[in-house]
Amino acid sequence: MNNRITNILLVGVGGQGILLAAEILSEAVLLAGFDVKKSEIHGMSQRGGSVVSHVRYGSEVFSPTVPEGEGDILFGFELMETCRSLPLLKQGGTVVANDLRIAPPSVLMGREAYPEGITERIREHFPDFLLLDGQKLASEAGNVRAANTVLLGAVSRRLDIDEQYWLQAIERMVPKKALEVNKKAFLLGRSSGGSTL
Amino acid sequence: MKKEILSGNEAIARGAYEAGCRVACAYPGTPSTEILENTVNYKEINSSWAPNEKVALEVAIGASFGGGRALCTMKHVGVNVAADPLFTLSYTGVNGGLVLVTADDPEMHSSQNEQDNRNYAKFAKVPMLEPADSLECKEFTRLAFELSEQYDTPVMLRTTTRISHSKSIVTLGERANDLPEPKLIKNAAKLVMLPGNARVRHPLVEERITNLSEAGATMAINRRELRDTSIGIITSGVCYQYVREALPDASTLKLGMVHPLPQALIREFAAQVDKLYVVEELDPFIEEQVKALGIAVTGKELISLCGELSPGRIRTAFGLQQPPVAAGDTLPGRPPNMCPGCPHRGVFFALNQLKAYVTGDIGCYTLGFMPPLSAMDTCVCMGASIGMATGVSKVVSEEEKKKVVAVIGDSTFLHTGINGLMDMVYNNSSSTVVILDNRITAMTGRQDNPASGFTLMDDPSHRIDFPLLCKSLGVKHIRVINPFDLEQTQSVLREEMARPETSVIITDKPCVLVKREGVFQKGPAYEVAVEKCTGCRACLKIGCPAIEWRPAGDGSKKGKAFIDPLLCTGCDVCRQLCKFDAIGRGK
Ligand code: SF4
Ligand code: SF4
Repeated sequence: MNNRITNILLVGVGGQGILLAAEILSEAVLLAGFDVKKSEIHGMSQRGGSVVSHVRYGSEVFSPTVPEGEGDILFGFELMETCRSLPLLKQGGTVVANDLRIAPPSVLMGREAYPEGITERIREHFPDFLLLDGQKLASEAGNVRAANTVLLGAVSRRLDIDEQYWLQAIERMVPKKALEVNKKAFLLGRSSGGSTL
Repeated sequence: MKKEILSGNEAIARGAYEAGCRVACAYPGTPSTEILENTVNYKEINSSWAPNEKVALEVAIGASFGGGRALCTMKHVGVNVAADPLFTLSYTGVNGGLVLVTADDPEMHSSQNEQDNRNYAKFAKVPMLEPADSLECKEFTRLAFELSEQYDTPVMLRTTTRISHSKSIVTLGERANDLPEPKLIKNAAKLVMLPGNARVRHPLVEERITNLSEAGATMAINRRELRDTSIGIITSGVCYQYVREALPDASTLKLGMVHPLPQALIREFAAQVDKLYVVEELDPFIEEQVKALGIAVTGKELISLCGELSPGRIRTAFGLQQPPVAAGDTLPGRPPNMCPGCPHRGVFFALNQLKAYVTGDIGCYTLGFMPPLSAMDTCVCMGASIGMATGVSKVVSEEEKKKVVAVIGDSTFLHTGINGLMDMVYNNSSSTVVILDNRITAMTGRQDNPASGFTLMDDPSHRIDFPLLCKSLGVKHIRVINPFDLEQTQSVLREEMARPETSVIITDKPCVLVKREGVFQKGPAYEVAVEKCTGCRACLKIGCPAIEWRPAGDGSKKGKAFIDPLLCTGCDVCRQLCKFDAIGRGK
């Protein structure tokens, strides 16, 4: 195994299940036999602030954070946050994003507008761009709140990790009562991994 | 052997378990909080929240003197609070091993300053270990307990946010089972630090540091890695990872013990490389000591004293090329905000309306300084709001005095605020104190405290009666209010602010995040009746994240308010702001 590190970023808004998605991803990578490091900042980000989680894997990982401009995959749970984190992604990197807008305080209060044309801007810089209706697919799986697992499914197609490890990781990390919905959501996301909106 | 992905904090808890630790005590504080939330999962460890860091350390000291291994954890600023016992503990030494974790926060992700607590190790003359990933967090915790007993000293373990909150692979071990049973042994000469005894101990403290520095030369945790010897870098903690990432060919001296420094090893390493650097976050702690050895070294000339490092910052410092990045757009910011239905919102709204000068404190309510509430004027440290209100009142005019209000949460009040209130009464201050009792330590993720009625181990316990407590401190005017009732909140505040004596107002609604049954109860979501909404924007002034302004879409400034039924908790505050009766309980 050469020491090629795969750098994945999961970004969005506090409360969207980003940390759980990052846990499942790390666990799958561990099961597949890689070294893995994961990093995020808790604390202030809890109350609706921006969240960025870094997951890096390979034969040996040093820094727990992805250096700017070296991300391979940016995995966005919310459009504006996806756009905010683009500088972390390498040229030619992949963006997988949820087609969801969550207004920040200044927009809620009507002081600023939610930016227009985000998806076009992303596509312009990063042609390898997959846009998913995570909420819709999650509803199909049985719970809107499983959108994070849908996205994970979509991302899983781009990674060299066997399906069995993903499913084992979900079993380990997701609470029992939500397990079936999450597995279904993952597989829906995985099979939709080719089509874009 | 079992492998798991653990955060640095989870790994420290595991290390304590494996080391046979019996007592763990802390006051929660980001980024250290999760250590105790994990020790509590090991039934062999008696875990508890203390009202503040000084008490937490004293509990750990007692456990150690009684012969058990004890862990005490806190965030960097917590050590300021615990510094008093720490400096003397350095003199008494320990009986059972004692490890004090300081979780520093370079970049101030959730802190009010960026202090570098390596200075405390030097100042208090105690050894300090610094792990560089989760596996080391576990191993160094075990080692710290052993060194503590071997050298008769407390040992500090320093993490930084990136170590506390990042996860990596850890191999689990077994719990040590060969430790002596704790029992009481009297030894006044060692444990009673009066001048006569302390004078005898001080030379031992100095000798211990010299011995540790010598031992450091052969400790496996201080590791020389020789690669290309044209560049040699001394580093520790997460900075080691950044260096390996950014300069994979450079030789490194990775220090696992950052105080005392292994001087002989540093000399040897310096002699083996052509050019020597120190890469460290915040203060030139290692650099200055290396320079004092008479060794030429480059450090802070290249790397700022401020903020967290990253592989990118190191590349820039060493003049290496950076990968090209996509231009960042200027987007609306997304700062944290108080939750929908937070009981603090109404109080800050009222304080804003009354144009109060609010001395603030540390907790979720610190967010009350942000627009649109904009109702906090100071925030310094835990418990400071009350003392500061007294101080401000001492210098301003009689008229302005009436504007001064201190706000403080239940946990913060019990942490160090209570002393300020004693002083306020004792010295006849006329300020008003609002105790925002939401029955939990909310900011750090809802930890129990003496005002919540439960312990960390989930046993029911006495719940502090704030009115009674304040009464016993001598406060004559105590009012309990419902912070969701804006009229009551505002009128009680106005009355008490006008009063030329100390008064305390206590709010009695719980934090929306309290999960314990029967505490926080979500009501039906509210709705905006579109036909009645005139678009006056009054309801936006409370900044509830559940209320959204929807523009009319015709390019004009017009629009209407909308309430997100999934977010709204039905707290009723916005309804009271609408003059047109457009907001009401949904079906
Ligand atoms: S966590 Fe509790 S105290 Fe903090 S903002 Fe939310 S409701 Fe308020
Ligand atoms: S009732 Fe109004 S203020 Fe309270 S949570 Fe709902 S929208 Fe927010």
